[in-house]
Amino acid sequence: MDTLTRTRRRLEALIEESHLEIWREHNRALLRRLESKHSSVEFIGDALSTEMVLNIGPQHPATHGVLRVVARLDGEIIRSCVIDIGYLHRGIEKVAEYKTFQEFMPYTDRMDYLSPYSNNVALCLAVEKLAQIEVPERAQYIRTIACELARLLAHLLWLGSMVMDAGAVSMFLWTFREREKIYDIFDLIAGARLTVSHCRIGGVASDLTPEAIEAIRAFIRNFPRELRAWEKLLNKNRIWLERNEGIGVVSAERALELGLTGPNLRASGVPYDVRTFEPYLVYDRVEFEVPVRTEGDNLARYYVRMEEMRQSVRIIEQCLQQLPPGPIRNENAKLSYPDKQEVYYSMEGLIHDFMYTHWGVCPPKGAEVYAAIEAPKGELGFYIQSDGTGFPWRLKIRSPSFCNIQALESILEGAMVSDVVVLIGGLDPVMGEADK
Amino acid sequence: MAFESLQPKLLLLAAALLALFTMAAYTVYFERRISAWIQNRIGPNRVGPFGLLQPLADVLKLLFKEDIAPAAADRLLHRLAPMISVTAAVATIGVLPFAHNLILADVNIGILYILAITSLNVYGITLSGWASNSKYALLGGLRSSAQLISYEIAMGLAVLSVVVQSESLMTSQIVEAQAEIWNVLRNPLGFLIFLITAFAETNRLPFDLPEAEQELVAGYHTEYSSMKFGMFYVAEYMNVVLSSAVITTLFFGGYLVPFGHLFMSDLPAWARTGLEVLSFFGKTGFFVFVFIWVRWTIPRFKYNQLMRLGWVYLFPLAVLNLVLVALARMLF
Amino acid sequence: MQVVLFGICALLAIVGAVGVITARNPVYSALFLVLNFFSLAGLYLSLEAQFLAVTQVIVYAGAIVVLFLFVIMLLNLRPEDLPRFRLDRTGPLVVLLSLGLLLGVGMGIWSLLGASFPQDPQAQAVGTVESLGRALFGRYLVGFEVVAVLLLVAMIGSVMLAKRRFQ
Repeated sequence: MDTLTRTRRRLEALIEESHLEIWREHNRALLRRLESKHSSVEFIGDALSTEMVLNIGPQHPATHGVLRVVARLDGEIIRSCVIDIGYLHRGIEKVAEYKTFQEFMPYTDRMDYLSPYSNNVALCLAVEKLAQIEVPERAQYIRTIACELARLLAHLLWLGSMVMDAGAVSMFLWTFREREKIYDIFDLIAGARLTVSHCRIGGVASDLTPEAIEAIRAFIRNFPRELRAWEKLLNKNRIWLERNEGIGVVSAERALELGLTGPNLRASGVPYDVRTFEPYLVYDRVEFEVPVRTEGDNLARYYVRMEEMRQSVRIIEQCLQQLPPGPIRNENAKLSYPDKQEVYYSMEGLIHDFMYTHWGVCPPKGAEVYAAIEAPKGELGFYIQSDGTGFPWRLKIRSPSFCNIQALESILEGAMVSDVVVLIGGLDPVMGEADK
Repeated sequence: MAFESLQPKLLLLAAALLALFTMAAYTVYFERRISAWIQNRIGPNRVGPFGLLQPLADVLKLLFKEDIAPAAADRLLHRLAPMISVTAAVATIGVLPFAHNLILADVNIGILYILAITSLNVYGITLSGWASNSKYALLGGLRSSAQLISYEIAMGLAVLSVVVQSESLMTSQIVEAQAEIWNVLRNPLGFLIFLITAFAETNRLPFDLPEAEQELVAGYHTEYSSMKFGMFYVAEYMNVVLSSAVITTLFFGGYLVPFGHLFMSDLPAWARTGLEVLSFFGKTGFFVFVFIWVRWTIPRFKYNQLMRLGWVYLFPLAVLNLVLVALARMLF
Repeated sequence: MQVVLFGICALLAIVGAVGVITARNPVYSALFLVLNFFSLAGLYLSLEAQFLAVTQVIVYAGAIVVLFLFVIMLLNLRPEDLPRFRLDRTGPLVVLLSLGLLLGVGMGIWSLLGASFPQDPQAQAVGTVESLGRALFGRYLVGFEVVAVLLLVAMIGSVMLAKRRFQ
């Protein structure tokens, strides 16, 4: 029996063997891709080298939502693997074309649902750049504070789930306690905990109340102590270090090729951070460092994110100190929602509110813009083309998780089954954003 | 043998089994309470006072669940595997001395018997992994067989060092030999090795690779439900209790009461026995706590780390320890 | 009591041994082997050789068969891959050889039937670790050491084989 026949037969057997009744064609195509991935598939006559195709996800405890990995295993080692995404696809880029810019905001909450505020801000910045809307200073500071809180929120979940995937379950609950506090803060800022939608084009929906400011102060006073305690548990833990050191290595060149951004890119030694590279909001007025490591392995990603959390606290502290008084939204009623007080008690206000809701901001015809922010997962960009109406003609989202997941296939190959969970955790994709 | 002479033994057997099952059930309860305490939660506190009846509710729930076996499973082995697990766990109590002269079978190879029984534990796990006809379960079973074999050797050598010290394979004499000083002080390295391998043999974190829920869903018992799952669950906690009991017996003076020689001789016999039983279960309880404490703190090993620890570090250390103990024995 | 124990163990040992060669599924074969080892351990126990019995369980049932199982499970055989029993040209030869073996063993047993065994008053002590150790490191020291060297050589050989496979 020659190699080709054997390969074909094996493939048939694999397809038969997979009890995947649903989407048979889709699964066949996946398996075929898995088989043909490396042109030289070798079957040695040795019975011990029998391989096994393992389907990890989309329902699996460690795949962060509905990521699916189809892996070909040799014992515990992954020989090749194929990533299957799209299980959470909702077509929100298309939905955007039927919504005014402001109406579209709640959809962005549900992209990276671990840091909804960053998504709101990214959309607003893009629209404001498109329609050239000025944003008052105070609103910019509020956005910055909320964005950094969102970063903490996302990184805390990353830390908890990654350490839990490695087996230390308690950590998950410790980070969730801190996340709970941030959610409470968002409740005070926006009136909603998870899906905040607090940004408005041209500003923010409501000002920070004194209680909210006090809650943020209390949180950032206490948080570094928690962070230190966690580092004390993990940074010298041999099991933890050895499980992360040297696995999932991505070189700087490879990372750039793959389009990695955010902490994953900085862990590979490229100091690219939109906050310093092309400062938006008030990031040019606060002092902070961009942590970079050169190892490119999972441990480097861990250190980078831990340090980023500390820097976020620094940024929030400075923002609170510098927080200027003033309006929180653009006063031009054609560009931004009027104040609720005005809507309820004046005729013009009501008309403006109605018009804004109905037509929204109308950027000039043919204008197009790309605006990006440094979301917790990496560069989150909105590319918008306008046809002069209040609806985007085309809205494309450059979501960091979608690009970061590309690295997964290459770093999983050659890794062990136990590494899958920490590698997925280390790359920290969130499927709401990758599938959009 | 006449039935009359067996009667006290049977009574003791019943009492020991009862104690074991109760301890296993309450280890589950305490595991949940302690983990809750570690994780800033409350834990089960609804069923009975302080939730003390929770184990009963758990068992009832498991009994009433539907018993599901995968269509492609090997029915016989799928059913047999949990039974092997529980049997192997229960069988160890035969040679554990609960107090002076309070032992089911004081055979002259007691400690080897424990090793033999623990080495059978692997069958339950491996067979369940294979019989389920599920890839995750199979991976769990494979991991478990490799893990248990690797750590059994270091464990055996650690036990052997204790045997050399006490010059007996009988568990009761191993305990009596510690009357002056506990083995943990005379043989600390052996204790450490035994403790680590005991974690590995019970499949508890950081060695719970066969059932690593984040990697293998639930590992070897992925395809189990109802009381068949319950049996694995019970077996795991029984193993925790029994490992703690063996650690106590081998290294912490078993039933010997600390500083007992100062006051024990004045007490009546029943009080002495009672104190000894208390002392035995107290020490065992402490190690059960250690098992739980470690589980909720440390991340899990990776397969290759596990093998490296077992073969590259523990095995040579255990040999070295054995040689050292033997030398010390010869010289002093 | 002794006879009953012997009967049960011997019967189980035979069932296990037959099962090993007749079971179609290799996993079942391995399990029958375990049954056989256990019954042998039982026989040892009835001969007051506790140490031997426990060692039998630890070494064979606890380690060696587990390794067998490990390999068999890795093979992941499907039912259609399993060999079927077929009589071909080697068949008659196999039958002939088996019959010859059976005859030899039968004759051996026959010759022993008439013999009488002296009841050793110290039989109780033979099975203990002490007596076994004394025998191994005293009277049979040379044989013991030779076996040790043999095992070492076998171990080195297997390491070499495994190494070559992974290179």
